[in-house]
Amino acid sequence: MYLPEFKLKKMNGTGVSPGISIGTAWVVKKDIRTRTGILLQNEEDILREMEKYKRAVKTSAEELQAVILHAESSEAADILEMQIELLNDPQMERDVFDKITAGKKNAHDALMEVVEILTARFWNMSDAYLKARASDIQDSGNRILNNLGGLQKATPPSFRTNTIVVAEDLSPADTITLDIKNVIGFITREGGKTSHAAIIARSRGIPAVVGCGEAWHGIKDGDQVLMDGETGLVIPNPEQEQISAYVLKRQSFMEKLNLLKKLKHAPSVTTDGWEIKLFANIADADDLETVFDQGGEGVGLFRTELLFLGRESMPTEEEQFALYKNVAIKSKGKSVTVRTLDIGGDKQLSYFDIPAEQNPFLGYRAIRICLDKKDIFVTQLKAILRASSFGKFSIMFPMISGIREIRQAKEILAGAKNELREAQIPFDENIPVGIMMEIPSAAITADLLASEVDFFSIGTNDLCQYSLAVDRMNEKVKELYDPYNPGVLRLIRFIIEQGHKHKIRVGMCGELASDPLATLLLMGLGLKEFSMNAGAIPIIKDIIVHHDLEKAKAIGEAVMQMEDSAKIMRYLQTMNT
Amino acid sequence: MISKVYTILAAEGIHARPATALVRLARQFSSSVYLKKNEAMVKLDSMLNILSLATKAGDVITMQIEGEDEVSAAAVLDQFFTEQLKHL
Repeated sequence: MYLPEFKLKKMNGTGVSPGISIGTAWVVKKDIRTRTGILLQNEEDILREMEKYKRAVKTSAEELQAVILHAESSEAADILEMQIELLNDPQMERDVFDKITAGKKNAHDALMEVVEILTARFWNMSDAYLKARASDIQDSGNRILNNLGGLQKATPPSFRTNTIVVAEDLSPADTITLDIKNVIGFITREGGKTSHAAIIARSRGIPAVVGCGEAWHGIKDGDQVLMDGETGLVIPNPEQEQISAYVLKRQSFMEKLNLLKKLKHAPSVTTDGWEIKLFANIADADDLETVFDQGGEGVGLFRTELLFLGRESMPTEEEQFALYKNVAIKSKGKSVTVRTLDIGGDKQLSYFDIPAEQNPFLGYRAIRICLDKKDIFVTQLKAILRASSFGKFSIMFPMISGIREIRQAKEILAGAKNELREAQIPFDENIPVGIMMEIPSAAITADLLASEVDFFSIGTNDLCQYSLAVDRMNEKVKELYDPYNPGVLRLIRFIIEQGHKHKIRVGMCGELASDPLATLLLMGLGLKEFSMNAGAIPIIKDIIVHHDLEKAKAIGEAVMQMEDSAKIMRYLQTMNT
Repeated sequence: MISKVYTILAAEGIHARPATALVRLARQFSSSVYLKKNEAMVKLDSMLNILSLATKAGDVITMQIEGEDEVSAAAVLDQFFTEQLKHL
């Protein structure tokens, strides 16, 4: 795509509600409040100011109650309920009354001081979610201040079509009460991903970019503005080429969004009633939110390498436990398959020296390292086991070539369990154990390995590379890297068949699982569990819910008779449309 | 006085929604309820107080209840921490 030079200023904020909008800026002017400096003279003044505060709180709460009735989503109502609690907060009242009685301040000044202290306290918290509550407190304070008679209430404006509201910050009540049926975007100077304004913008499906910082001043009332609520890009007065490029982007975004809306809560079931499980691959606890947003049913592959990379020494058992436990808790009781350390090959650790190898992918990596350096392995297994009591974990060993490695790994796992039992540390006694199927020798002996484990997970990337003897990073031969090669497909079919024959689960977590071209074929070969990057889930689900398993089986059988991958891919293309 | 210890298992810890529910629950009783995390101890009648404890998943908190209806209050709050909190 032709991308023109950006002559004009653009700014980058945090995209908090995805979507692309092009509209007219409407800049919200902020009220400026100053203290009155009045000092109370006598007991009578003090009582009057306390009464005045109580009345203002009551009116403020009533205002919000009225807004709740109009709240469109339960998220919005929840936020307003919380704000009502804040208005009525006894601690806040105690603090305000203290300033009135002891400090002789009037209600207005007393409240301003208390709100300043409170917002500063929350701003200084390390947790992003709590930091964002500072603006809720500010908002509650402003509402009471308004009702103390300090300021005239601004009448809410009515917007022309295609308005983008540009503000320093937006309170949740603003985002709910503003007449926003004509509003197509929010841009703010302040705020983060967890600000309530962001949450509400998301729940109403309005693109929003927050935290633009000082560049925010670059937008003037009436400017045409282009914004991308996903990347956080804001372009005031965009060029025609920029607009055209983003109109295209908006189209594809809307298509995906519609698909997701339609399918997020739909069960992943074929038209003839077969359930196909859709899991996601993750590397961190934070990824789980997206997984559930996209309709994922759990995690088919939790890569544990992230914690080991970009640091100076091995993570301790406690550090690993903290991460795994966080994943367990955030997975809300859904199943999570944890893959033990898969380093070596292209993933090197600075503090763990692996001497240069002629063929790193055929060398010292993954389970081979773990079985050699047992202390590393035991530390990780203990951390995973301890976390297993907080969720529904399975353990998966990568790079298994044969039965001896499985038995060794299981023996070390049994030892780790024993250590925990002796220390009386709880863990899931029945934690399932499985292996990655990514080495041809394991694939071809799937029948022999099945009795040793609870599940197989097919790693198509390595399986493809090893069975075709091709390095896909090598420009000269990467054309040969082809998961539709009949040899690879036969290996996959055999693994699935043998797994099911021996009554164990078989899943796939390699890239092929997220390729829409392969979905029906894999289902036809009997695959019941797909694990992929979360973003691909709606696309794959869309295929599953529109087809029946009988057709998929016929496709599987037809493909198995084809001798050439180009032919197979052409055939699959016609089947998908 | 009744004192009980809980490990918070809710993924988000005690964020705004559960804090709202908790304040409203505690208000139904005449007993004074306190929450303690590490060195900090706050009265449970205030949402600001609860939020400022910054309770995260995995944190251990102690609840203390004192007053005439402490037994029934403890039962209701126990139900909140062991059951309801997970779903909020």
